[in-house]
Amino acid sequence: MQPFEYASPKTLKEALALLGSAWSDAAVLAGGTDLISLMKDEVMSPKRVVNIKEIAELKGISKTAAGIRIGALATVDEVLSSPLIRASLPALTEAARGVSSPQIRNMGTFGGDLCQRPRCWYFRAGFGLIARYEGKDLVAEGDNRYHAIFGNGPARFVSASSFGPALVALGAKIRIASPSGTREVDAEKFFVSPTSSDVREVDLKPNEILTEVIVPVTGAKNATCEVRQKDALDWPLATASVALTMKGTAVASARVVLGHVAPTPWVSAEAARAIEGKAVTAETAEAAGKAAVAAARPLSMNAYKVQIAAAAVKRALLAAAGVKA
Amino acid sequence: MPEYRWPEMSKRKVMGKRLNRLDGIEKASGRAKYCSDINKPGMLHGATLVCPYAHARVKSIDTSEAEKHPGVAGVHVVSPPGTEIYWAHCEVAFVAAETELAARDALKKIKVEYEVLPHVVHEADLKKVQDRAKAAGEQIEGDPDQALKEAAVVSEGFYGIPVLEHCCLEPHGSVVSWTPDNKVEFNPSTQAVTSIRGDMARALNVPAANVHVHQDHIGGGFGSKFQPDRWGEAAARLSKAAGGRPVKLFLERNVEQVIAGCRPSAFARIKLGATKDGKITLWESQSWATGGFTGGGSPPIPYVYTRIPNQRKNHSAVSTNTAPIRAWRAPNHQQASYLTCAAMEDLAAKLKMDPLELFLKNVDLTARPDTYERQLKKAAELAEWKKLWHPRGDSGRGHLKRGLGIGVCTWGGAGHDSTARCNIHPDGTVEVELGSQDLGTGTRTIIAQVAAESLGLQVNDIRVKIGDTNYPPSGTSGGSTTVGGVSSSTRKATINALTKLFEEVAPALGAPATELEAVDGKIQVKGNPAKSLTWKAACAKLGVKTISETGQNIPRDAPKEGLNTGGVGGVQIADVTVDVETGVVKMNRIVAVQDCGTIINPKTAESQVYGAIIMSICGALMEERIMDAVTGRMLNNEMEFYKLAGIKDIGEIVVHLEIDEINDKRGVIGLGEPPAVGGIAAIANAVANAIGVRVPLVPMTPMNVLNALSGRMS
Repeated sequence: MQPFEYASPKTLKEALALLGSAWSDAAVLAGGTDLISLMKDEVMSPKRVVNIKEIAELKGISKTAAGIRIGALATVDEVLSSPLIRASLPALTEAARGVSSPQIRNMGTFGGDLCQRPRCWYFRAGFGLIARYEGKDLVAEGDNRYHAIFGNGPARFVSASSFGPALVALGAKIRIASPSGTREVDAEKFFVSPTSSDVREVDLKPNEILTEVIVPVTGAKNATCEVRQKDALDWPLATASVALTMKGTAVASARVVLGHVAPTPWVSAEAARAIEGKAVTAETAEAAGKAAVAAARPLSMNAYKVQIAAAAVKRALLAAAGVKA
Repeated sequence: MPEYRWPEMSKRKVMGKRLNRLDGIEKASGRAKYCSDINKPGMLHGATLVCPYAHARVKSIDTSEAEKHPGVAGVHVVSPPGTEIYWAHCEVAFVAAETELAARDALKKIKVEYEVLPHVVHEADLKKVQDRAKAAGEQIEGDPDQALKEAAVVSEGFYGIPVLEHCCLEPHGSVVSWTPDNKVEFNPSTQAVTSIRGDMARALNVPAANVHVHQDHIGGGFGSKFQPDRWGEAAARLSKAAGGRPVKLFLERNVEQVIAGCRPSAFARIKLGATKDGKITLWESQSWATGGFTGGGSPPIPYVYTRIPNQRKNHSAVSTNTAPIRAWRAPNHQQASYLTCAAMEDLAAKLKMDPLELFLKNVDLTARPDTYERQLKKAAELAEWKKLWHPRGDSGRGHLKRGLGIGVCTWGGAGHDSTARCNIHPDGTVEVELGSQDLGTGTRTIIAQVAAESLGLQVNDIRVKIGDTNYPPSGTSGGSTTVGGVSSSTRKATINALTKLFEEVAPALGAPATELEAVDGKIQVKGNPAKSLTWKAACAKLGVKTISETGQNIPRDAPKEGLNTGGVGGVQIADVTVDVETGVVKMNRIVAVQDCGTIINPKTAESQVYGAIIMSICGALMEERIMDAVTGRMLNNEMEFYKLAGIKDIGEIVVHLEIDEINDKRGVIGLGEPPAVGGIAAIANAVANAIGVRVPLVPMTPMNVLNALSGRMS
C-alpha cells in the first residue's frame, strides 16, 4: 500500500470538493471491504482517501413518493434486515443474503456494492480491466472459468455487484452528485462494458459520488436466485433477478436480468419474451431459463456457467411467482 | 530398570480423559504469541523480491538505487546474474528496512533484467507437456496380460487430482538476529524446533551451539515448515549486515501461496480386472504427476489393496515450471487413495455390485484384512449404508441427487526420536522440558497428561516447556510421529525422576524406594495410604536439590518397550447431495472410522480427525492451484479463489476412534495423517454414486461436475 492523504468530511459538499479530476487523485472510502484490498495490492493507489462514512445524508433506507430510497451508506445487513425492502423488493433482500460473510454484510455498503471493482484475477494481478499481456488476450487464452458468457468484449470480466441485477430488473434510478449538481441514471445504464483499461465499468466520473438509489415500488413480483459453490463467503457463479407484472395468473411483462455472466448485469429480453403471456410453471420457467442463455457465447472453459445461468433464471422465476418446483 | 509401560487402561487417572487443550484459552483469546507476532526493539522489516516469470535467466541485477532508498538497511541477492529461475515467484532478493513500507518500496527500485525462457505449467494433458515427462521403468507383478484375457469384467477410467497449496494461516518466516559475537537468535514458524537449529547453523556456517531457537506457537505447517528456507537465511544475513539488529521477514500471502509448499498432483488411466463375482485380479495404470520443476510425486498405487496379484504400472514425473512440492499431510496418500478407490468404485458400478461388497470381498488384498473388514462394516453402519445406498445413478427424480461413497487409508505413525527432561523442585513444582513443538494438535496437553499420570498428579501441576533449543532434542513434527515420541520420552523422564524422588523419601516413609508409589498427589507405601507424604511434603525432603532426569524414545527400541508403535488402517464414508442443474455438491455427512493405539486424550485425538476431514472436504470440492498458461503464474495465489470450506460447507462429521483394550495394548500411534487420506476418495465416490457418472477431475467444483454430466472435457 502506498501512503495517502486521508480526509473525513462531514458533508457531501465537502466530500465532493476533496475529489479530483483523475481517478488517481482520490478514492471514496465507505465500507472499505474492496478498496483496502485494492490499495494493498496496489491495483489502486489514490493520493487521497475520502472517507464518506461520517456523512449523515448518505445513510438510511426510507419510503419516498418515488419509491424506496436506499442511501449509499446503508450496509448490506441493513438491506437484508429491512422489513420495508423485504415486503416489496424481496429481490434485493435475497441479493443481500447472497453476500454470505457477516463481516462484509456489516461493513460493506449498498453504494460500495455497486461501485466495487471486478474480481477478475487478471485485473487484480495488475493486467487491467481488458487484460492483456504481450499483446495476448489473457482471458481468452488463459483461465476463464469465472469470466463472461455474454457480451462482445473486449471486456470479459463479470460485474461483481450483488445488487446490480436486481436494481436493473426493478427499474431503479441511481443518483449521483458532483460539484456541479446531481444527476440520475437508470440502473441499467449505470453499468458499462469498458472498451479500454483506462475507463471505469460504471458511469461515474472521478469527481462524483453515488449518493442514493430510488427503487420504484410497482407491485411487480420479484426475486433473486444466486448460485454459489460455497455457503461460506464466495462469489456467485451466476445469478438471476426477475420482476414480473402479473395479469391474473399470467405474466403480463417481465424483466429478467442475469448477474456474474457479463461485464454488466445482463438483461435478457429473450427470457422475458419466453415467459410473457404465460403462467409461471416448472416448464415455462425452464423454457425461459433456456431462452435466457440461447445467445450465450461461452469462452474456452466456462460453458458450465451457461447451464448455471439457465438454472438461476428458472429458479428466480419460480421464486418470484411463489411456485414450488 | 524402572517400569515404563503404560498403566492399564482401567487404572489411568489422567490419561484417557477428554481434557481441553491447555493453551486453548490463550489461543482463542488472542493472547498466544506466534513468531509473526514478535516485535523486538530495533527490529528491521524484511521484504521479498520475486521473479515474475515462470522460466528465466537473470541477466543483470542492480540494487544500488534500492540500497540508497531512505530507511533501507541492506539488500541481499539470492539469484545473482546467470541464475536460471524455474518457477514464477521464485525469490530473487531480500531487503531489510526500518519500516515495511520502505522495504517494499525499495524492492521496486531493484532493477533486474531477465532473459525469458519457455515455460510449461500444466500437466493434466500428457500430450501437451512436450519433453517434460520422464518415465520411470515399467513395474510388473504376476502376469497382467494373462489376467486381462481371463478377467470377466474390465473397468477403465481416467482420474486426476490437482496440486494443492499448504495455505498456512501464519505464513512462513521468522524473526532473527545474528549478532557480532556470532550468535544467532532465531524465532521461526517451524515444525522442527530442534533440527532447524542445525540446518540454520549449516546455512550460516556458525557453530550449532551458537544458534538459539524459540517458538511458542505455530499457525499451521502441514508438512511445509521444516527448514529455515532461503528467507530465513536471508533474514539472518541482513541482520548480520545491520550489526545484529533483529530482522522480521515473513512471506506475503501472494508469495506464500505459491512457493512455501504444495502437494503434488496425480493423474492416471487405470484398468481394473475382476472375476464376475468381484474378485480383483488385475491392476494396470499409466500415471503421471508433477511435483514442480524437479519432478516428484509418485502415488503408491494400488493403495491399501496392494496385493492385487497381477499388475502393470507405468509412471512419469512431469517437470513443470512451478514451485517445488513439500510434504503435505500424508504425502502421496490422498492421491493414491483417490486413484485406487475411484477405480474400485467404477469397477463395482460396472459389475453392478454394491461397492461396499467389493471393498469387503477384496480385503484379503490388504495388509490388514481384519481391520478393514471391521472398519468397513462399522463405517457402513454409522453412515446408514443399507438404508441410503442405491445403485449408481439410481437417485430418483428432481435435481438433487444423493449418493454415498467409500475411501480407505493407511499410515505408520510410530514415535520419533525424542528426549524429555523432568525437573522436580524441592517446592513440589514439576517441569517437563522438550525441544518439541505443538502444531495446534494438543501436544502440550498430552505431555502434561502423561507426566501427571506418571507422577500421581493433575495436569495443572505440570509445567510443560517446549519450543526451545535449550530443552532436550525432540524430533520434527512430521509423519504423525510427535505424539508417540513425546509421550514415550515424557513417560520415561517422569518415571526416572519419580524413581529418584522415591529414593530421597524412602527413609522418611520407612520403606524401600521400590515399595513406593505416587497416587493422588501423594507418595505412599504401595497399597498403604496410611504411610504417605503429600507430594509437596515429599519434595521438601529434597532440601536444596532439584531432581532432573531425562528419558528418551529411541525408535529402534520402541517396539520392545511397547510405549508406541505404528501402522493403522481407516475407512471413511461420505454422504453428499449434488444439484445436477448447478453442479454444486453439498456435504451431508462424513463418517471416519479410525484405527488407533493408546489414546492419551480422546478429545484432541478426535479433533485431529475433524481437522483432517475438513481438509479432505476442501480438497475434494474446492482447492486447486490454478496456473495461467500465458504468464506462467499462479492465478489464485490468495484465499478468495483458492477456495476453502467455511463452517456451513462442512456438514456432519462422525468420528469413530477404535478405542479398546486390544488396540490400547499397541501403545501410542500418531493420528495426524491417516484421517486426512480417505475423505477425498469417499466424496468423489459419493458424487459418482449420486449423479451416475464419474467426475474424473478433483476438485468436484460445479465446473468439473457439470462438464462430466454434459460429457465435456475440462
